[in-house]
Amino acid sequence: MSDAPDMSGDKPKPGDEGEKPKPPPNPQSTPSTSASAGSVPVLDFGAEWLRGEGELSDVLLSSRVRLARNLAGRLFATKATRRDRQATLDISREWLMRAELVPQLIWVDLHASSPLDRALLVERHLISKNHSKGKGTNPNDDPRGVAISVPDERLSIMINEEDHLRIQAIRSGLALTHAWSDIDSIDDKIESQLDYAYSPRFGYLTACPTNVGTGVRMSAMLHLPALRLTGELEKVKRAAQDMSLAVRGFYGEGSEAVGDLFQISNQTTLGKSEQQIVQDLEGDILPKVVEYERLARRELLAKRRVGLEDQVWRAWGALAHARLMNTDEAMQALSLVRLGVTMGLLRTPSDFPDLRTVNQLMLLVQPAHLQRAVGRELDQEQRRVARASLLRAKLGRSKS
Amino acid sequence: MKCDHCDKDATVHELSVHNGVKIERHLCEQCAEQFGISVRPQQQITDLIKHYVMKQGLTPVVPPMAQPMRANQCPACKTTYQDFKQHGLLGCSDCYKSFEGQLMPLVERAHDGGQTHVGKTPLRASRANTEVDDIAIRALREHRMERLRVLRHELDQAIRDERYEAAARLRDQLRQVESEGGVA
Repeated sequence: MSDAPDMSGDKPKPGDEGEKPKPPPNPQSTPSTSASAGSVPVLDFGAEWLRGEGELSDVLLSSRVRLARNLAGRLFATKATRRDRQATLDISREWLMRAELVPQLIWVDLHASSPLDRALLVERHLISKNHSKGKGTNPNDDPRGVAISVPDERLSIMINEEDHLRIQAIRSGLALTHAWSDIDSIDDKIESQLDYAYSPRFGYLTACPTNVGTGVRMSAMLHLPALRLTGELEKVKRAAQDMSLAVRGFYGEGSEAVGDLFQISNQTTLGKSEQQIVQDLEGDILPKVVEYERLARRELLAKRRVGLEDQVWRAWGALAHARLMNTDEAMQALSLVRLGVTMGLLRTPSDFPDLRTVNQLMLLVQPAHLQRAVGRELDQEQRRVARASLLRAKLGRSKS
Repeated sequence: MKCDHCDKDATVHELSVHNGVKIERHLCEQCAEQFGISVRPQQQITDLIKHYVMKQGLTPVVPPMAQPMRANQCPACKTTYQDFKQHGLLGCSDCYKSFEGQLMPLVERAHDGGQTHVGKTPLRASRANTEVDDIAIRALREHRMERLRVLRHELDQAIRDERYEAAARLRDQLRQVESEGGVA
């Protein structure tokens, strides 16, 4: 399995033309670039976690580790004035962009970005919804930003979210060990220049005591359609909760599980080392959940094959032919098609998409991505039309 | 089944016994919320804290060695415990010391009983930041000893049961914890 971080050299697939956004404003020249307002250069699908590769990737899309860190001697977000926040932003930005943490890091000032760009970053899991909104009432008046490694988008560092720094590393498939070692060394480098708020007793001090200690949240994005279809999902959720794990939807805290996508993550951050959390999740819990989903898939195939095929092909039909499509419907259909692809129910490879294409489509049908692809703002009704036509172009046999 | 109070479908069912009399209530989500029955399975973390802290009531647990006796306000950032209750967020790193007594039950609950930090330590945690707290260190050590004890026990068990894969994993964990001891 290739592990090349640079995905930009991939050949475009047929049907790619037309949806491709404008290329980023020549990021090659300098190791680090700042994105000007109105254009976030992160849409050429470098996003490594969408590749559909890596261990257990038929079920487990991606592994994510995030660290909550605060700078010593600085007020946390609730108490910090605008000036304090500006200072935190300036110091962090100044240093992060010089540190050569990764081959190429871009910076986005979120207070200077358009709502559409911010929504785009949320959809790509590069910033949180809260970070997009900012503190206070005016999202354009709260100094905050994000540094993103491009083109792989494996690393993102939010400044002035709930904590001064929120560092995240994402990888495709089950790869928490890798993601942890990525972020661990990044964290070391940052810490060699910026003092963190830390106490021997409580560990890394965070604005919310639920994150204190390691400040680490490790999570996996899982696609669990067969467990839903067989009605076993509640069992998994209950078991996870019994083990102090959180189960959330595609877009994290408080979000719905659209497209049968779920995030499972640790909640305990005090009294448990990072290695132990990795081991618990990667060595034990996650493979079990994956195996459970696979078992449910085999069951479906053995006992309800025609019914399942019918659902998958109907979903395919809707995606390839519908004229109006809202986000939830598209996600639900893509979920079934993804299931069909992994189970070999959609057989001829030349006609049907690979896992990576389906993963990417799950992002492309989101409102901000759709508008970015079309190149202008659309209201809800226009989006339904544009979404259906994008899906037809990507998946339909006749490209009409 | 319809909600007892409106025309919507009842999704929340409550059975309570008062003086030996069974009382059933069938409510829709909205009505249930009005009656103070929480139905949302995934509460926001801040709500959780708020509810938890609210339940604790206003009487602060006086920390055993509270240095500044104004336990209800952090001297460094002027955050009050009331503020924390409202937002679920602390104002600065000193808040952890200022509200230690009040925070501890909440912290333990949020972290499955975890009381002291185990894991990564900043390479150059500044001295000012890490004024060594004897109690904390002792607690840390005790915690480590307890973990070592549990791990050794599990390892013995695994070997007895001939679960060698598990045993190998436990051995690695043991080494890990032992090496952490060297640092602390």
